[in-house]
Amino acid sequence: MAARHLEPDTPELRARWGAFAWNEANAVMAKTIVARYPEGRQRSAVMPLLDLAQRQVGAETDTQGWLPIPVMEYVATYLDMPIIRVVEVATFYTMYNIAPIGRFHVQVCGTTPCMLRGSDDLIAVCKGKKMPTGGVSEDGLWTFTEVECMGNCASAPMVQINDDNFEDLSYDSMSALLEALAEGKPVKVGPQIDRQTSCPEGGPTALKAMATENHDYRGEWK
Amino acid sequence: MEVSTSPLSDKDRIFTNLYGFQPWNLDAARKRGDWDNTKKLLEAGPDAIIDTIKNSGLRGRGGAGFPTGMKWSFMPKEPKPGRPNFLVINADESEPGSCKDREIIRHDPHKLIEGALVAGFAMRARAAYIYIRGEFIYEAKVLFAAVEEAYAAGLLGKNAAGSGYDFDVFVHRGAGAYICGEETAMLESLEGKKGQPRLKPPFPAGAGLYGCPTTVNNVESISVSPTILRRGADWFKSFGRENNHGTKLFQISGHVNTPCVVEESMGISFKELIEKHAGGIRGGWDNLLAVIPGGSSVPMVPAAQIMDAPMDFDGLKGVGSGLGTAAVIVMDKSTDIVRAISRLSYFYKHESCGQCTPCREGTGWMWRVMERLRTGDADISEIDMLQQVTKQVEGHTICALGDAAAWPIQGLIRHFRPEMERRINEAKGAPMQEAAE
Repeated sequence: MAARHLEPDTPELRARWGAFAWNEANAVMAKTIVARYPEGRQRSAVMPLLDLAQRQVGAETDTQGWLPIPVMEYVATYLDMPIIRVVEVATFYTMYNIAPIGRFHVQVCGTTPCMLRGSDDLIAVCKGKKMPTGGVSEDGLWTFTEVECMGNCASAPMVQINDDNFEDLSYDSMSALLEALAEGKPVKVGPQIDRQTSCPEGGPTALKAMATENHDYRGEWK
Repeated sequence: MEVSTSPLSDKDRIFTNLYGFQPWNLDAARKRGDWDNTKKLLEAGPDAIIDTIKNSGLRGRGGAGFPTGMKWSFMPKEPKPGRPNFLVINADESEPGSCKDREIIRHDPHKLIEGALVAGFAMRARAAYIYIRGEFIYEAKVLFAAVEEAYAAGLLGKNAAGSGYDFDVFVHRGAGAYICGEETAMLESLEGKKGQPRLKPPFPAGAGLYGCPTTVNNVESISVSPTILRRGADWFKSFGRENNHGTKLFQISGHVNTPCVVEESMGISFKELIEKHAGGIRGGWDNLLAVIPGGSSVPMVPAAQIMDAPMDFDGLKGVGSGLGTAAVIVMDKSTDIVRAISRLSYFYKHESCGQCTPCREGTGWMWRVMERLRTGDADISEIDMLQQVTKQVEGHTICALGDAAAWPIQGLIRHFRPEMERRINEAKGAPMQEAAE
């Protein structure tokens, strides 16, 4: 957390982002999001709207997107709330990027369940590729973060890259994955070994019938 | 009544699509029995539903194990105008080791949505908010789509499922803060603020979301409730031991041969659970060092004590730990046990919201000392000092994150003090010998 700092508010930043506004699709989406909350409680929408804004910045910069101060101001105005309350939220929650970020955000989980299964190896792959922590690699592709438990513990170790999870990784499969991404080749999400989601490797020990058909167990209820 | 802790048979498993071999959509879910005449379940009336859940013995599946039916009964029976009741569903699964709600949401989302209607109706709620952790990006997509399907089929919204009751379900994504799994931090976050826990009282059932009566329940607790209503309280109660009833999703990670998530009977023994589903311990049973049986916040249990322990609330309390979320983290003898716990200390330092001084300062202090103990760069007396500091953090904070940061360290000192001392002596050993010569 301590390493997080807001990108300085400079004239250049203002020139680039001062005119930020929702694009057509996001303008519709923003209305839908605000409507999820009771009248007068539109401030509840600040989290989803910051995510929406970050994604729009990402699309405009061909990166994972981040939140320049003028963009936060736009969201504050949109929700009629003080800018400081928006900055508080953006800096508190780690998924909001408050400084520029690469095209691929490589988030390796390093918490104990992943550590026990070899997350050190995945981190070593990233370090070997000279991915900076909290910055962007020279080619603009990579940002590395060691993140806390991602809730994929039964298929550890794992990495989340952009919106996808890659699980059951090893040094070799992690290296291959990063290379494929850099070259724009298709990659397989989920477990990188022969396994169905969190089912035991080698096949289910329970609910075997489900593997082949959408079995209805109600006929077997007493 | 017949009570069983022997392995569960498939017909008694609630989450039949746990592994996602089949589609999650409404059509497929209906063929598995979800949304089957939900109207009839609701016709029993709110009080009868709460009684059934109470009688089933269901205890909250999010970690604390509070009786679910009783929690629902705390909600006002006649909401005042302008102050509706709310149900908030905690899908902010972030406790290291836990990965069960993810499987429910991405593979069986309609169990959760139907459960939201049933539970919301029982507690006279106007709407449910499902707070899903931000990192579950794919899972949130599925959940949004599943909610949309339910609206399109008339199962939610006005006259939900033809019951005459109006009920909405909204999905709210978090953005990467473990603390939002604490119920009042979750409410703050839903209101668009930093996720910092509130002082209690007032409890959420009195003044929760937007100051209105609110109940916060875990995904698993809500998702099992329609099946309990369909099969009866006695059916659910027939699994597990007294006060520890039902079926439970266990999440097995770490040094087992085949890590997995699996639904089993409460009270199944650790050994049976691992043998049957996780392919045994890596390197055999003699290679087992210790187990964290309920997610990172509960103290570890050494191999000899965990082997035959019943995996339920009281069984694990009996060995000085807890069931928590039933996230079983297995460590074999190759584990650097001090590092394993130190990494958890780092986790709590990272996730402290910064509101209470003992936690904000204590978690960082404890982690730094743990790191020195890991390498042995410490004094023996610092083990006692660390123990003392954990006691000063524990119980002196608004929420339980302080306790959760203290307990893993206390568990380590309780069971592995000789190992910690060995490292210190070893690190000191070499230079001291030189000095003696």
